[in-house]
Amino acid sequence: MNIAIRNGRVIDPKNSFDRVTNIYIRSGKIASLGDVPPGFEAHREINAQGLIVCPGLVDLSARLREPGLEYKATLESEMGAAVAGGVTSLACPPDTDPVLDEPGLVEMLKYRARGRNQTRVYPIGALTRGLRGEWLTEMAELHSAGCVAFGQSDRPLPNNRVLMQAMQYASTFGFCLWLRPQDVNLADGGVAHDGEVATRLGLAAVPVCAETVALSHIILMAKETGARVHLCRISSAEGVAMTRTARKQGLPITCDVAANHVHLSEMDIGFFDSNCHLVPPLRSLGDRDALRAGLLDGTIDAICSDHAPVDEDAKLLPFAEAEAGATGLELLLPLTLKWAAETKLPLVAALSRITGEPARILGVDAGHLTPGADADLCIFDPDHYWTIEASTLKSQGKNTPFLGWELQGKVKYTLINGNVVYAD
Amino acid sequence: MTSTRAMSNNPQLNKNGQLQHLLTTEGLPASILLNILDTAEPFVGVTERDVKKVPLLRGKSIFNLFFEPSTRTRTTFEIAAKRLSADVINLNIAVSSQSKGETLLDTVNNLSAMHADMFVVRHAQSGAAHLIAQHVRPEIHVINAGDGRHAHPTQALLDMFTIRRCKRDFHNLRVAIVGDILHSRVARSQIHALTTLGVPEVRVIAPKTLLPAKVERLGVHVYHDMAKGLKDVDVLMMLRLQNERMLSARLPSTEEYFKYYGLTPEKLALAKPDAIVLHPGPMNRGVEIDSVVADGKQSVILPQVTFGIAVRMAVMSILAGS
Repeated sequence: MNIAIRNGRVIDPKNSFDRVTNIYIRSGKIASLGDVPPGFEAHREINAQGLIVCPGLVDLSARLREPGLEYKATLESEMGAAVAGGVTSLACPPDTDPVLDEPGLVEMLKYRARGRNQTRVYPIGALTRGLRGEWLTEMAELHSAGCVAFGQSDRPLPNNRVLMQAMQYASTFGFCLWLRPQDVNLADGGVAHDGEVATRLGLAAVPVCAETVALSHIILMAKETGARVHLCRISSAEGVAMTRTARKQGLPITCDVAANHVHLSEMDIGFFDSNCHLVPPLRSLGDRDALRAGLLDGTIDAICSDHAPVDEDAKLLPFAEAEAGATGLELLLPLTLKWAAETKLPLVAALSRITGEPARILGVDAGHLTPGADADLCIFDPDHYWTIEASTLKSQGKNTPFLGWELQGKVKYTLINGNVVYAD
Repeated sequence: MTSTRAMSNNPQLNKNGQLQHLLTTEGLPASILLNILDTAEPFVGVTERDVKKVPLLRGKSIFNLFFEPSTRTRTTFEIAAKRLSADVINLNIAVSSQSKGETLLDTVNNLSAMHADMFVVRHAQSGAAHLIAQHVRPEIHVINAGDGRHAHPTQALLDMFTIRRCKRDFHNLRVAIVGDILHSRVARSQIHALTTLGVPEVRVIAPKTLLPAKVERLGVHVYHDMAKGLKDVDVLMMLRLQNERMLSARLPSTEEYFKYYGLTPEKLALAKPDAIVLHPGPMNRGVEIDSVVADGKQSVILPQVTFGIAVRMAVMSILAGS
């Protein structure tokens, strides 16, 4: 099918493109921007006047909860949420049940996801069997099955020798390790940042050194092994500073931050709001500001949704017992726009953190509008305000700290492979 | 952009600014705290006379929901309710529904359906009382009888009552809270109550392993040395050191703790000569307090227990009237 998207403001950060023009799509690919391709006849026209047309978003962390955790969410519900959020490619962590530690499971997930003709799913393989932190998985086999990288999700990897060997083995094949730096002992039992709010509310705390101690191990071992490492969901000012230094030394380290942490701090926990029970914990306002500064100077490459739908009952518990996580796929775009507006950052720069940059980290050809590329697009109304409510979210998880907030920026169309998979 | 997260709405107050629930001493105006203390005064007389009952809560049902074992606190609430002529139902939920997998809110909803008027809640998790208060029917009042490390407001109020009885005025006092601040819901509630009532100097004294991060942001001065921290103090509030803290790396031994932080007559002598000593009980004699001090003339530990009943009667009668 040929589609002409007319008069939208086309923003393609990777190609530094920002102009009101037309996009022509033929056979699932971007045919051209601006000029009508020879012999092009549109079967469908989309009037994008007043709208922004950008590459489909690339999300580095979205839990789809399949296999095994369908009571929280299903592929169907969460892929519906992804396209409603303009997300056309996503990486899913391996902490499903069973965990993604065998090629068959990865192939099944890829097959089931592909069958929906929706968002492209890139599984992160388990780094260790059962995510138990003891034995390495068959990384090369898992890679052949479709895993783009390997990690432990939020499960601990308490043994530094295992981590060292995992880095050596992964780097043998050129695979990237996705690690969330957290020392298991220092974080043990903690549910909130070790600061004013945890002290006031009497919540068990996760100190900043839980992140920085683990981070120092990762950096030192990456230096020694030459392994590529992607740091997932960094949370502290000190962690940002260490990452900045490591990158300046030329280490092959990339980094992301969760959209929640770009906006919120420990203060948002208020009176035990279990929607603010997140992993890693929301830290101080100073940490949040440092995360923003890290995003701005490129220490942090990308913003991810850290999508983690949780069933309602699991949140209706005292704060520490409530399951951690928040739904996020549909909030990634508006929260990125909010950050851009607050920091007066041009859209082309802001959108790069959820398109071209995460695609580069994933190592997939996505997140740009170069002619010939797959026509994965997000078309959104930057002026549309909407209120985050259970009824306005497609995700099965209705848990987010932003419930009741009014956010700006609503997806109107999502295209994948040149097909309109979502229209508002 | 607006947030509906309501730091501004105090979940303890109804729309007329009256006390709807008692969950924490934090964020309550001094007038409400003082009203509780004033209301408790005549109840002290009730507890001392032959016929110890007043009919204020006749026909009301008060459910003691203890998700965590407790004998003393539960008993004092039970006595307080009975002296107000309420019907009291004690539920030791730690060993019933919860072990069958029923969630906290299921339990609460089931009990609400039995037409409770008031829940007295003790739970091992910080925030449990808030969660219950957010989900009960609007005519039900919740009293927090201790949630995790967060709050124990009636204990703090009975401490304030005791201090006021002995010292009369809060505005010229120097108060030291000694011991395991980190794990103590009592300490947190004491700190908020003392600062709200206008105590100009509240100190906390503990080794660094027993102090939470940024504790000074609660409005207290931090000391690690008893000799400095107790100097010129009017009120000493000792905390119980729980035995399980010994199993962690927080403290090397009870002996060393007693040597440096236990209240002995020698250390007490550093405070003002008329200083009073409080303890929420149960005491570990020889760990945080020397028996000579606990039973000495500056100790007000037993009057605290008596006043505890009066203060809990006051809280219940105020809630029933709001």
